[in-house]
Amino acid sequence: MKCFSRYLPYLFRPPSTILSSTCHTEADIISTVEFNSSGELLATGDKGGRVVVFQREQESKSQSQRRGEYNVYSTFQSHEPEFDYLKSLEIEEKINKIKWLPQQNAAYFLLSTNDKTVKLWKISERDKRPEGYNLKDEDGRIRDPSTITSLRVPVLQPMDLMVEATARRVFSNAHTYHINSISVNSDHQTYISTDDLQVNLWNLEITNRSFNIVDIKPANMEELTEVITSAEFHPQQCHTFAYSSSKGSIRLCDMRQAALCDRHCKYFEEPEDPSTRSFFSEIISSISDVKFSHNGRYLMTRDYLTVKVWDLQMENKPLETYQVHDYLRGKLCSLYENDCIFDKFECVWNGSDSVIMTGSYNNFFRMFDRNTKRDVTLEASRENSKPRAILKPRKVCIGGKRRKDEISVDSLDFSKKILHTTWHPHENIIAVAATNNLYIFQDKVN
Amino acid sequence: EEKRAGPASTLYCADGDDSLYPIAVLIDELRNEDVQLRLNSIKKLSTIALALGVERTRTELLPFLTDTIYDEDEVLLALAEQLGNFTMLVGGPEYVHCLLPPLESLATVEETVVRDKAVESLRKISQEHSPVDLEVHFEPLVKRLASGDWFTSRTSACGLFSVCYPRVSSTVKAEIRQHFRTLCSDDTPMVRRAAASKLGEFAKVLELDYVKSDIISLFTALASDEQDSVRLLAVEACVSIATLLPQEDLETLVMPTLRQAAEDKSWRVRYMVADKFSELQKAVGPEITKNDLVPAFQNLLKDCEAEVRAAAANKVKGKRLNIMLPFIRLIQYTNQHVKSALASVIMGLSTILGKDNTIEHLLPLFLAQLKDECPEVRLNIISNLDCVNEVIGIRQLSQSLLPAIVELAEDAKWRVRLAIIEYMPLLAGQLGVEFFDEKLNTLCMAWLIDHVYAIREAATCNLMKLVEKFGAEWAQNTIVPKVLGMANDPNYLHRMTTLFCINALSEACGQEITTKQMLPVVLKMSNDQVANVRFNVAKSLQKIGPVLDNNALQTEVKPVLEKLASDQDMDVKYFAQEAISVLPLA
Repeated sequence: MKCFSRYLPYLFRPPSTILSSTCHTEADIISTVEFNSSGELLATGDKGGRVVVFQREQESKSQSQRRGEYNVYSTFQSHEPEFDYLKSLEIEEKINKIKWLPQQNAAYFLLSTNDKTVKLWKISERDKRPEGYNLKDEDGRIRDPSTITSLRVPVLQPMDLMVEATARRVFSNAHTYHINSISVNSDHQTYISTDDLQVNLWNLEITNRSFNIVDIKPANMEELTEVITSAEFHPQQCHTFAYSSSKGSIRLCDMRQAALCDRHCKYFEEPEDPSTRSFFSEIISSISDVKFSHNGRYLMTRDYLTVKVWDLQMENKPLETYQVHDYLRGKLCSLYENDCIFDKFECVWNGSDSVIMTGSYNNFFRMFDRNTKRDVTLEASRENSKPRAILKPRKVCIGGKRRKDEISVDSLDFSKKILHTTWHPHENIIAVAATNNLYIFQDKVN
Repeated sequence: EEKRAGPASTLYCADGDDSLYPIAVLIDELRNEDVQLRLNSIKKLSTIALALGVERTRTELLPFLTDTIYDEDEVLLALAEQLGNFTMLVGGPEYVHCLLPPLESLATVEETVVRDKAVESLRKISQEHSPVDLEVHFEPLVKRLASGDWFTSRTSACGLFSVCYPRVSSTVKAEIRQHFRTLCSDDTPMVRRAAASKLGEFAKVLELDYVKSDIISLFTALASDEQDSVRLLAVEACVSIATLLPQEDLETLVMPTLRQAAEDKSWRVRYMVADKFSELQKAVGPEITKNDLVPAFQNLLKDCEAEVRAAAANKVKGKRLNIMLPFIRLIQYTNQHVKSALASVIMGLSTILGKDNTIEHLLPLFLAQLKDECPEVRLNIISNLDCVNEVIGIRQLSQSLLPAIVELAEDAKWRVRLAIIEYMPLLAGQLGVEFFDEKLNTLCMAWLIDHVYAIREAATCNLMKLVEKFGAEWAQNTIVPKVLGMANDPNYLHRMTTLFCINALSEACGQEITTKQMLPVVLKMSNDQVANVRFNVAKSLQKIGPVLDNNALQTEVKPVLEKLASDQDMDVKYFAQEAISVLPLA
């Protein structure tokens, strides 16, 4: 794959881990990563409830060969741990998803969610400060009231740029189960939040009311066979959204038809191949992520072993299927025992929908070129994170004979997983979250 | 330090330097850490401006305020409102344009309420601009907003076209029309929605020829926008546009779009048509209503989406009933949500139909709905009984009413029971005392021993309203004995209910009944073994004390309260002491 073999890696770490890179706490593990619509900003959320926003440095003319790096722009605590006294449940502060809103004025807005509560954050800049008091002198000493003989109106003076994050809205009390995804509608007015059994529709300006549009909760919970794993709005059609299920199917709903979208208008599912059926079939077919392509024609889904691309016009089988790590098929039993089989990998499109990317184990991540049908495995690691170094493709060997530069399936590290990745909307810049490290790679200039 | 205590409330007084102090405090508090103090200062902005004088207000205060858009929404909202009334404080209409910069920056913030308030103030001060200033200062601002980078500023622009249009030259008018056209086809749906919602208002100030040429094409375009959130707003605009056009143009210019909206693929658009039906009907006149709207309305009543049917059902009132009745009948076979919406308006129809028609057409429906399986439907019928009572008298219904009421009164859901209790006084008033004593009294008493506290509480309140309605004598004969009887109940919750009822009834029953019948029971209960009952005795004595005469207070109440004040239970002591301190016992 020509265009992706030449990456210029940069390495970023969340600020709290800079002190010591060897000992990181659970709270530092990155749980979501998302570019905004211009690609100028990149946000990460972590298990400690923090959001870190990176901003791309402006291109300077003197260093025209080097494109802007991403530097920390703002860090704030989005969610705190809570306790639900009615249900005796702890509510983790972990940020499950971040979604940027379309830019509406000079400030930036994003939605962040943990298991229960979605928050709307405003990130704004301030570069002026009012100066001059009536009751205090320049040194801050209180003036004697009798000496006040004239009034002073404060004057705004320039100051060092300050970036502030303020919580503008809190959308709570609408989910009984854990929120797995949020998605902003193209009407710029509404968004959906999705938990295991329900999809709720919110107006971005109204926090005390949401509309339940999908509810798959059976009257008797013992009859529960399927949960919702992810949902997303169509990028252009404000009335269409898709949600994926633990049974490997995707439903497309049209909000024009009815206020409740319990009935889908399209149902995408691939018939199961009886020859490969096993105890693990149902677990590995569960969809962990669903994404519309930028042009709105395709849906991409990720299950445990594959990424599939579906044409919205074809419901009975996927258009394309890519094997992410087929070499794990023989190891499902041990992956079940160490719970890895339940890992939720996400998947992303590049800006032109021609390449897709998703994560794997051992800090490997995979890219598939849909046109050339070539694929590559890359590794996010410190060793090859020297600036301007080029990422070497990695290979996993299955058989006994291991060639140089290859790694055997048995020596893969399953604790190093890449679940969350994001792709710059217009350029070949990717951000890859590997536990507590964020790697940003970009293709080589020239 | 003394002066510091209430600086903001101190009025500015022009004589002596000393009076500058409160203003100085107000100005400094414009940027206090505490948002309440900032808000307070902003609300007194006119005081500050008055003290500074027009010159300094223009050159110092307004520039400072222009950059203050970082603040909390409530402060910005207050600021936007204040600036709308600031013309005299900057030196009168001649200088009113100085207010434009701060309002312009407020019109671009993300918070809709603040933006809307800024636009409202801009509209207000536009009237104070001279025609020249309007073209030199105001109209350029509108243009800047309309071509702003961010959609917040473009949405704000939409609300300003209609105020400047009538007062500018024809060249500028052409420019304004062009700007509005551009915003109607803006990339962001937010802006198109803002334009669609101001389309009707803008049409009103345009010359009729331009309404026919410009507005109609914009209206048609917005009504077929790809986003249903835009299309539904076009329906609203339809009302104003239709009012402006002569009858003969409606058919060709408006009706095709309206028909299309009534059959839109999106239920939200159809909902809007149903919801705006009365206004639309008025706007297009009787002829088109009969030929076009009524059939469309009938379809909306049969719509596949319950929300649409419910909206249509709500508008049934005031329609031609001979056309509507078949559809109303049809509705009873549809879903709960719609039936319940219909039940809440159907009773209102009787006044329109008159006695004979009501008995013939509506009574069967009422009766059927009273037997509906959904309690909400039954409740909606019962809660609107007063309309029917006026027309045919409630007796016609009483035979069917009773089983419905009894069933609701015993519903397993306590919220349903609670709702029917609230209608009891109304029902009692309409059914009369005889019917009540015979059929409903037992129910009212049964609620007093309900296992849900909220029901017992509501039942107590209900008794009070009944006594107010039927009088003390009735209370003495029917209610009081039963209530007092509960004082010997083995369940302490029921014994407490007696006390709660006495609290509620004593005033309505008057001094004699309270002293002779209720007081002895209350006093006796002061020996109750349950502390909760005892401290409620103390509370009851405090409550009924004002109804008693001084003799009873001194000889009967006082000793008992004193005894309770030395009770071993802390709460009993507390409430007894409270009662002693409140009542005139000394």
